[in-house]
Amino acid sequence: MPTIEIRGLTKRFGNKVVLDGLDLTVPGGRNTVVIGGSGTGKSVLLKCVLGLLRADEGEIRIGGEDVMKMDERELVRVRRRFGMLFQGAALFDSMNVEDNVAFALRRLHKYPERQIRNVVEEKLAMVGLYNIQSLMPSELSGGMKKRVGLARAIASEPEILLYDEPTTGLDPIMADVINELIIRLRVSLGVTSISITHDMKSAYKIADHIAMLYKGKIIEVATAEEIRHSTNPVVSQFVEGRAQGPITAEHEEFIRFVRRGGGSGVQEEQ
Amino acid sequence: MADERKKNGISLVLEHLGTTAYRMVEELGNVFVLFLQCVTGLVRPPSEFRNIMKQMEEVGIRSLPVVLVTAMFTGMVLALQSWSGFQRFQATHFVGSVVALSITRELGPVFAGLMVSGRVGAAMAAELGTMKVTEQIDALVTLATNPVKYLVLPRVIAATAVLPVLVIFADFVGILGGYFVAVYLLGANPYLYVNKTYQYLTFTDIYTGLIKAAVFGFLIALISCYNGFNAEGGAQGVGRATTRAVVASSMAVLVSDYFMTSFMF
Ligand SMILES: Nc1ncnc2c1ncn2[C@@H]1O[C@H](COP(=O)(O)OP(=O)(O)OP(=O)(O)O)[C@@H](O)[C@H]1O
Ligand SMILES: [Mg+2]
Repeated sequence: MPTIEIRGLTKRFGNKVVLDGLDLTVPGGRNTVVIGGSGTGKSVLLKCVLGLLRADEGEIRIGGEDVMKMDERELVRVRRRFGMLFQGAALFDSMNVEDNVAFALRRLHKYPERQIRNVVEEKLAMVGLYNIQSLMPSELSGGMKKRVGLARAIASEPEILLYDEPTTGLDPIMADVINELIIRLRVSLGVTSISITHDMKSAYKIADHIAMLYKGKIIEVATAEEIRHSTNPVVSQFVEGRAQGPITAEHEEFIRFVRRGGGSGVQEEQ
Repeated sequence: MADERKKNGISLVLEHLGTTAYRMVEELGNVFVLFLQCVTGLVRPPSEFRNIMKQMEEVGIRSLPVVLVTAMFTGMVLALQSWSGFQRFQATHFVGSVVALSITRELGPVFAGLMVSGRVGAAMAAELGTMKVTEQIDALVTLATNPVKYLVLPRVIAATAVLPVLVIFADFVGILGGYFVAVYLLGANPYLYVNKTYQYLTFTDIYTGLIKAAVFGFLIALISCYNGFNAEGGAQGVGRATTRAVVASSMAVLVSDYFMTSFMF
């Protein structure tokens, strides 16, 4: 299964640097979980890997081929190897659940039309959903949308799966069903995957490796056990979910600055 | 001091004009690139036949009522106006010809184009814009589908093919509206009126109008899809894209109408 190697990846929006020379190796047939604060660029990272966003610098090698050097046509070929679950599910809201899940199967003529129904049913069962094929996305709850999105991502049996917060918005039991599914896909099909999550319980459960994204770089990659006992103060603050620590220190300084009366100086300037 | 401010003002205006002109040229270029992508999409499998049929229904059947009502009243008001004008030199028997020529050559296609800009252009921009900001277009890309081929091409083909058909109906209903007003309200001789309607109307008048309609349909769909595709930032962005689509496609209808008229006749 293909390995993903990311070297020196840089992505800016205007003059805001989101990814700043990021390095990450995602070993083939393994699940790498990326953790990091809200707005640090985790979703942007996944979109760069798929070529949905063009990164500014760096290289992204998928099984040795550099995606950054590809034109749109070659990208299409590479993208067929991927499945992606979007953070907001991104279901097609003009189609019912069945058409959503079957979308790629029909486009790629992967199965004869007769079989597609069964495949859709099977994929929906894998994410714990039954008899909802004829519902429209607007009739689903947030967690159901997420799971339909997941069923759609795995429908064409891709080699590489990118999950953007697969368990967010699910109840603890359903979250664990999804965790098991992610593990099963990796173990039985050998899928290479990158998952993004804020849910440390899920991260520890599904990860072969955990990578922490902070200020545009991966600051630590290690196994779940090592991350849990990391000596890096940034990592340990994050995984333990403490309000005090280096990540929030900058904000605190600002709050103290305002409290001290430094705020009035700012107002005078305006 | 005052001098300096004046100079600043002028250079500011010039700068603004410059960037506006630059943006316009850039956007025209982008719309053209979108067109080229449609052309390449046309030759590559899979064919989007079903999608095209769905869009034809959307553009054609759903727009028919509004286009017909517009055409009907245009024909009616034309009859009224030209009657009151031609009465002054006893030429009311020409009203039939005036209505028929104006509707087929000019008003049928242009009004249909403007109504479709408002109805279909807005719908296309809003739909594609929403898909853009909710990442549905990104999702299409990850599902081995070229969004230009899947979304833009069927809309452009459907609008180009359907608008002339709408205009055939509009021409007919418009002329009929003129007939009713002239004959039943103004007391024109029905035989003379029908006779004059046919007498000066040539096949060229009709088919140039239909060519115009096809071009309008093409421009409306292309411009509206372009604006939808480039929507950014939530509901507000979709709203902005929709407004821009309607304004730009209406202007494109009027501007291209002038140039086509000056080249074709
Ligand atoms: N299309 C865009 N244009 C401009 N800025 C963007 C765009 N997409 C993302 N950003 C910026 O990039 C940064 C990272 O966004 P991203 O969505 O990757 O965050 P994230 O790590 O996924 O956060 P979360 O955990 O909340 O989903 C944000 O500050 C966001 O403002
Ligand atoms: Mg995100």
